[in-house]
Amino acid sequence: MKRLIMAAALLASAAPLAAEIHTIAPGEGAAERLQEALILAAPGDEVVLEAGRFVLTDGLSLDVDGVTVRGAGPALSILDFTAQAGAGEGLLVTSDNVTLRDFAVENPKGDGIKSKGADNTVYHRIRVTWTGGPKAENGAYGIYPVESTGVLVSHSEVSGASDAGIYVGQSSKITVRNSIATDNVAGIEIENSRDAIVTQNYVTRNTGGILVFDLPGLPVMGGGNVLITNNLVAGNNTPNFAPPGNIVAGVPRGTGIMVMANEQVWIEDNVVQDNPTAPFMVVAYTQAFDDARYNPFAREVVIANNVVDAGATDPDFPGGAMLLAAFGGTLPPIMWDGLQQDADTPALLTIPGNPGWSLNLSRQGQSLAEAQPGPLDVPAYGQPWAMDGIGAPAELEARLK
Amino acid sequence: MRRGLGLLAVACATLGAALTHAGVTQAPAVNDAVILEDGFPRTLSEYGFFADGAQQMPGAGVTPYALNTPLWSDGADKLRFIYLPEGTQLVADADGLLQFPVGAAIIKTFAFGEGKARRLIETRLLLHRKDGWTALPYRWNAEQTEATLALAGGRIDLTTPAGEAISYAIPNKNQCKACHSKDGEVIPIGPKARNLSAEWLGQMAKRGVLDTVPAGADSLPDWRNHASGPAAPLARAYLDVNCAHCHQPGGGASNSGLDLRWEQDDPHAIGIMKRPVAAGRGAGGHEFSILPGAPDQSILLYRMDSAEPGIAMPEIGKSSVDREGGAVVRRWILEMQ
Repeated sequence: MKRLIMAAALLASAAPLAAEIHTIAPGEGAAERLQEALILAAPGDEVVLEAGRFVLTDGLSLDVDGVTVRGAGPALSILDFTAQAGAGEGLLVTSDNVTLRDFAVENPKGDGIKSKGADNTVYHRIRVTWTGGPKAENGAYGIYPVESTGVLVSHSEVSGASDAGIYVGQSSKITVRNSIATDNVAGIEIENSRDAIVTQNYVTRNTGGILVFDLPGLPVMGGGNVLITNNLVAGNNTPNFAPPGNIVAGVPRGTGIMVMANEQVWIEDNVVQDNPTAPFMVVAYTQAFDDARYNPFAREVVIANNVVDAGATDPDFPGGAMLLAAFGGTLPPIMWDGLQQDADTPALLTIPGNPGWSLNLSRQGQSLAEAQPGPLDVPAYGQPWAMDGIGAPAELEARLK
Repeated sequence: MRRGLGLLAVACATLGAALTHAGVTQAPAVNDAVILEDGFPRTLSEYGFFADGAQQMPGAGVTPYALNTPLWSDGADKLRFIYLPEGTQLVADADGLLQFPVGAAIIKTFAFGEGKARRLIETRLLLHRKDGWTALPYRWNAEQTEATLALAGGRIDLTTPAGEAISYAIPNKNQCKACHSKDGEVIPIGPKARNLSAEWLGQMAKRGVLDTVPAGADSLPDWRNHASGPAAPLARAYLDVNCAHCHQPGGGASNSGLDLRWEQDDPHAIGIMKRPVAAGRGAGGHEFSILPGAPDQSILLYRMDSAEPGIAMPEIGKSSVDREGGAVVRRWILEMQ
């Protein structure tokens, strides 16, 4: 009995006693000291980046559960990868329950911060910047959680990504909030993911603002249950600078909120202004594919009340000028390709009378040249579906308290 | 000179002994406790894997091996060894993978230069401890007398056999895992029966340090025939050995959907007419990983042929381009209908 009590006492005291703080100052040998700290940290430890610029020639990586990497602030502690000579990203996280906060990553040669198979990862006050502005030579993704359950991105900022600024792929239970995405090809992208909330973000000067995609041929497919609310999606009109071949290279300049494939995406209370190709775009997957597991259609995408301008005044697709003329100078705000799985599974629902237009395509993969544009005619939406359990787990929010 | 010859003679004798009767040798014993205990020994000599480290002369229980198709690392010469504790053996499982006993180690030394000009750069260890495999990199000193732990990796300027001056990267401990990992666990990736010679496996079985030579052994082609051999098996073997440790389900690049394992027979999974997912500028303006008949429009070859971070594949472990590997893959894509 006495031994049991002893053991209990030890257990109770073990966690706080074990947690260590490893403080890393910039300067001579910082790269090696930082990488060593990331390797030698124990679960519960904190690796602290002092204010200053850390010059790095190789990617960093973290593979210990429960570690916090904390800087002095996204303007103060800067991991500078301008001279990076190796690795596919600035920082790679492959462990669970990691918190990344209050630091910046600049000019990584590939992706900024990638967390792969890393459940319950928090990005808080993280900045990833390609300092030369939008360029095809910039890395693909800024903040890049993938194959993870439990992702929270808050108060972060990404600019210059040649694919997506904040990109969450093949993951579930996701919240992206209170963040800024500017000067990327895609501002925020949720891809092949489920149970995601994108809210209270400022998304501007990208090619496309917020994208919700589901693509074939990947280990995780069947994206859906996505809630997009209270975002400011304005002035996304940067010419597409994605390297050709990538899926986002097909996103027209001037896209606000775009859904491709996916089931159940709810879009409400966003401010969507000055996105001159389409404030809202809902389409099926556009390419040919060979994957029996994949559903290429949008299913039950709801565009509810949003604050939106009159629509598109400078669409970035062939025949745009003719279309504008046909619609009297402005394309109405909602653009749909006209494709749906079947009559019982509407692709798009909205408020009766909400202005929009349809390409009236008749089969998936059909060329835009065969479009027969006409007014939008889609059903009205009913009650919101149950959204319990979507978004990042409460424990992740609690970590920021 | 005399000393050099003497060492060579000892090396040959030791090698022979290691291959035939591991027990009957005068080489110092490997320190099993150092392999097994937690922590990161600071020097390579603490393990006692080598009778002579500088000459890469193996100690008792340490057996050299070679691979049919090896992983390319900037053209480094690689010296590979397996250590098995006294009284243990390798067990071939149903998939032809060799299961190593706890206490075993896999040792790989990277060297550049021929003959007397040879410099040992680093030795990477995989230690099979009670709770799984641990990967540790050791960096050789300039005097070639000792290698010390390089947890955070490092860089060294050198000239490759192809004559390129590069900044060679020694991986950090986590980067070891980036390749040697499946479903989050560290695993060996080199010594699979299919990539080992039947002769070597037969000798190991005869010595009783391998339970049986498994079916499918020695099935990967011999890379020494890369210039003239049939392209398809050589290319698939090359991609398996150089890429598939990440590009497979559960591997580091699983999210790409690209599966380059030797046994994968779905054309889309190995990249044929497969569109990129997260390639970014690595796509090089191309639409497919492999476009049959069109190597210059295939992302896979574009990335193999690049040494630029953010584009180059593999992402780590290379600072220059493997022209010979690229040529085989080019030939294979060109032949595709």
